[in-house]
Amino acid sequence: MSLLDIFKRRSSAPVARERLQVLLAYERRNRGQPDLVSILREEIMAVIARHVQIDQDYLQVSMDRGATMSTLEIDIQIPNKSAMPLAMAG
Amino acid sequence: MGKVVVVTSGKGGVGKTTSTAALGAAVAKTGKKVALVDFDVGLRNLDLIMGAERRVVFDLVNVIQGQAKLSQALIRDKRVDTLFLLPASQTRDKDALTEEGVGEVIDKLRSVFDYVFCDSPAGIERGAQLAMRFADEAVIVTNPEVSSVRDSDRIIGLLDARTMRAEQGEQIAKHVLVTRYDAARASRGEMLSIDDVLEILSVPLLGIIPESQDVLRASNLGSPVTLSEPLNTAAKAYIDAARRLEGEQLPVVVPFERKGFLDRLLGRRAA
Repeated sequence: MSLLDIFKRRSSAPVARERLQVLLAYERRNRGQPDLVSILREEIMAVIARHVQIDQDYLQVSMDRGATMSTLEIDIQIPNKSAMPLAMAG
Repeated sequence: MGKVVVVTSGKGGVGKTTSTAALGAAVAKTGKKVALVDFDVGLRNLDLIMGAERRVVFDLVNVIQGQAKLSQALIRDKRVDTLFLLPASQTRDKDALTEEGVGEVIDKLRSVFDYVFCDSPAGIERGAQLAMRFADEAVIVTNPEVSSVRDSDRIIGLLDARTMRAEQGEQIAKHVLVTRYDAARASRGEMLSIDDVLEILSVPLLGIIPESQDVLRASNLGSPVTLSEPLNTAAKAYIDAARRLEGEQLPVVVPFERKGFLDRLLGRRAA
């Protein structure tokens, strides 16, 4: 165990503080409001489903909340028309 | 008119009941008339911590449902004669409490007592909301630990939105009571510091109660630590907190651990 490890192990409190500050800033803003992420996810899904048939298994939604900016990442795999069976492509 | 103080936290196991008993007893010892009300219907424990578990005849639900008078349900403490306990029901569920019923009981208590301490159940559901509903002040019991601080923040949000005072556009006075503070761990940077907690919650500090075997022993014996061992560190911290609650300006001293040179060198742990 190096000296640096000892230092790292000791200072978990600042990490706790920073995580709490980011989390609570978000939770306070959204208190009493519906969950934005779930609304966005549902609406975006509905829009896409109107035009393309998608399989739930090929859908990935992830969220990363930062202090100043958040990222909502939606990854949908849409099969190419040529790769689809004829019945679906038609 | 007495003051109604809710002791709340969101998270369970942080020391709400212990703190209710210790603060209430400390205030009562100064001669003020104090009532402690257990709102944890179904899981009452304040009676046990107060050493009155074998004296419970009627409870809060009986009073609300008209099966007993308030004066019949109040249990007078055997050590301090200005200290009373209104126990929760053990057999009913939390839906047995109604807002009107609780309001009437609190109004009556307020007219007789100087202080009414409401010991809230954990969580943010109905029971916890009824415990805070009619409060003038709130003591938010927090451990210097991430989940407890997060839950305290939720509770602060509820206090500012769901209490009678908040709905009438009035302020509810809020105080943070940090319990189970471990000076040794804090000095090693393993625990959120008092400054961290206060900065995150932005609520003034009522006191810091060190982690202590004495508090556990007091619970075992069924006596608030402020009565059984008023001279030990945790009891003194509670007594000071009670004085601040009564409006006294007392500086808060952060407990610290004196460490020997060898301890420091070897990184010895106290716990």
